[in-house]
Amino acid sequence: MSVDQTTVRRIARLARIAVTEAEVPHLQGELNAILGFVEQLNEVDVAGVEPMTSVTPMLMKKRQDVVTDGDDAERILKNAPASEAGYFVVPKVVE
Amino acid sequence: MNAPVNPKKLIKGATADWEVVIGLEIHAQVNTEAKLFSGASTRFGSEPNANVSLVDAAMPGMLPVINEECVRQAIRTGLGLKAEINHRSVFDRKNYFYPDLPQGYQISQYQHPIVGEGEVIVDVPGYSEPIIVRIERLHLEQDAGKSIHDQDPRLSFVDLNRSGVALMEIVSKPDIRSSEEAKAYVTKLRTILRYLGTCDGDMEKGNLRADVNVSVRKPGDPLGTRCEIKNVNSVRFIGQAIEVEARRQIGIIEDGGTIDQETRLYDPGKGETRSMRSKEEAHDYRYFPDPDLLPLEFDGAYVKALADALPELPDAKKARFINQYGLSAYDASVLSAERESADFFEEAAKGRDGKQTANWVINELFGRLNKEGRDITASPVSAAQIGSIVDLIGSGAISGKIAKDLFEIVWTEGGDPAAIVEARGMKQVTDTGAIEKAVDEIIAANPDKVEQAKAKPSMLGWFVGQVMKASGGKANPGTVNGMLKAKLGIDG
Repeated sequence: MSVDQTTVRRIARLARIAVTEAEVPHLQGELNAILGFVEQLNEVDVAGVEPMTSVTPMLMKKRQDVVTDGDDAERILKNAPASEAGYFVVPKVVE
Repeated sequence: MNAPVNPKKLIKGATADWEVVIGLEIHAQVNTEAKLFSGASTRFGSEPNANVSLVDAAMPGMLPVINEECVRQAIRTGLGLKAEINHRSVFDRKNYFYPDLPQGYQISQYQHPIVGEGEVIVDVPGYSEPIIVRIERLHLEQDAGKSIHDQDPRLSFVDLNRSGVALMEIVSKPDIRSSEEAKAYVTKLRTILRYLGTCDGDMEKGNLRADVNVSVRKPGDPLGTRCEIKNVNSVRFIGQAIEVEARRQIGIIEDGGTIDQETRLYDPGKGETRSMRSKEEAHDYRYFPDPDLLPLEFDGAYVKALADALPELPDAKKARFINQYGLSAYDASVLSAERESADFFEEAAKGRDGKQTANWVINELFGRLNKEGRDITASPVSAAQIGSIVDLIGSGAISGKIAKDLFEIVWTEGGDPAAIVEARGMKQVTDTGAIEKAVDEIIAANPDKVEQAKAKPSMLGWFVGQVMKASGGKANPGTVNGMLKAKLGIDG
C-alpha cells in the first residue's frame, strides 16, 4: 500500500496541518516508508488471534455517577486566546 | 423491509406516486448526574463553562474514565428495545474539527456498539395494526459543546457545558414510510425511555433530538439517494422536515435531476431544508479505537440483574390495562403513554370499575389538565378524589351531570367529594314520589306540548329537560324518562 500526492494533501487538510506544495513529495516518501514498515506485519498469520488491549488482563476502570469536578470556569478559560462573559471566543463559524 | 406498499402512504408527484423511506438516528441524553468520562455535572442552565472539567476541555494529559451509570442506562435501554446486548464493546475516536469539540474528536462507538439489533412496536394514528420499526444499534458517545453565533458579527461564543455529556445514539433501520409513522415512532421511543428513566425526553432542552434520513423511490424500486436532516428537536418539526424534504427530492427527480447525498438543515421559519455541508467537505472521520480506553466488558449476570429490575414497559402495561380493566385499546394507549398517568389511573381505579374510572380520568381530568396546560403530576384533583366521584356515580348517589359540577368544585376548592355532595344537597333524587310530583306539574303546565308529544315522540327530550331543570339536575334521569313515557303514552 502506498499513498499518492493527492492523498497526502487530503490527509494534511483533514488534520488541519498546513503543508506547502514543496513539502508534499518529502511527506509522501515518509508516509510510504512508514506504510512499508507496517506492511511487514501483514506477513504474520494472526487468524483467530484477538487484538491485545492490555498486557495484563484487566477490566476498564469505572467511576461512580457523582459530580466531583467543575465550577471553575476561570481555570478552564485561563489558556484561551480570547474569552468573554465566561465563554471561549473564536472567529465566527457558521455552517 | 419489503412489505407490500400501502398506497395511502404514497406521495403524489407530477408524473408518478412516490414512496418515502425514512430512517432515524435519535440522540438521547443519558439521565445521569455526571458526564460520560468526567466528574463534571450535567445540570441544565448552569453559567457558561461551569460544568467543565479539564477532561471535557481536553487539556493535555487528561484521561477519560467511564461513568458506570451511563453503561447501566445504555444496557437498560437496550433491554427495553428488546435488543441484543453486546458483552464487549469498543470506544472509538471520530475525528473532526469544530470549535465546540475541544478534543478534535468525539469518543463514540463504531464497529462494536454496546447494543445491537432490537425493535419498537409503534401504534400509528389511523392504522388498524401497529408497525414494527427495527433498531439497528444503540451506542454511547459524547455530546459536543454549544456555539452561539448571534453575539457578535465576527465572533462565535463557545460554552463547553454539554461537552462530554453522555448520549445514546439510537439508530433505526429504514423501516419508516411516512411523516406520521416517524412522529409516532419518536413518540413511542420517548415513552419507552421515560418509563425506563434512562432519558428524560425533554426535547425543548435538546435532551432528545433526531437526525432524519430521507429518500424517495417509486414503489418496488431500490432505495434512492438519501439526505440527512440534522438535529431536529421537536416531533412536529420531524414531521414537517420529512414532508418538505420528500417533496424537494420528488421535484428534483421529476425535473430530470438527481439527488446529492448531503447533510441538510430544517428551517421551521421558512419551511424548507437547506444544504449544510458541501460534498467537497464531506467528512472523513478516520475512526480508530481510542487508545485511552479499554474495551467495555461485563458478564451475563450483570445484564440479567438489570433485566430483572426493569419496570413494566408501555406495551406490557397497555396489554394489562386491556385485560385487567376491560379498557379499549385507545384508552389503554392514552393512559399508558406516560408512567405518571398510568400510575394515577391505577390508583384511582383500585377497587372500582376500571372503564368508568378511565372515562373520568381521560375525558374530565386530562381534558381539564390540557386546557390549563398542566401536567398530571400538578393535578389539583387526586386519584382518591376521582375514585370517590366514580363511586358516587356508581352507587346512584349523583347523576353524571351533577358529577361534572362536583368535579368542578373539587378542582377549584378541593375537599372530600362525598362530604361535598352531602353538605350541598347534590344527591340524586330517586324518591319516585318527589319525581312524580315534578313530572305532573310540568305536564299540567304544558297541555299544548303534551298534545304535540303524542304525534311526535321526540318531544320527550324536552319534557325530560324540564323535569331535570325543576329538580336542579338531581332527579334520576332514568326514572324521569320512564315516568314521562308512561304518562305521555309514548311507547318504547
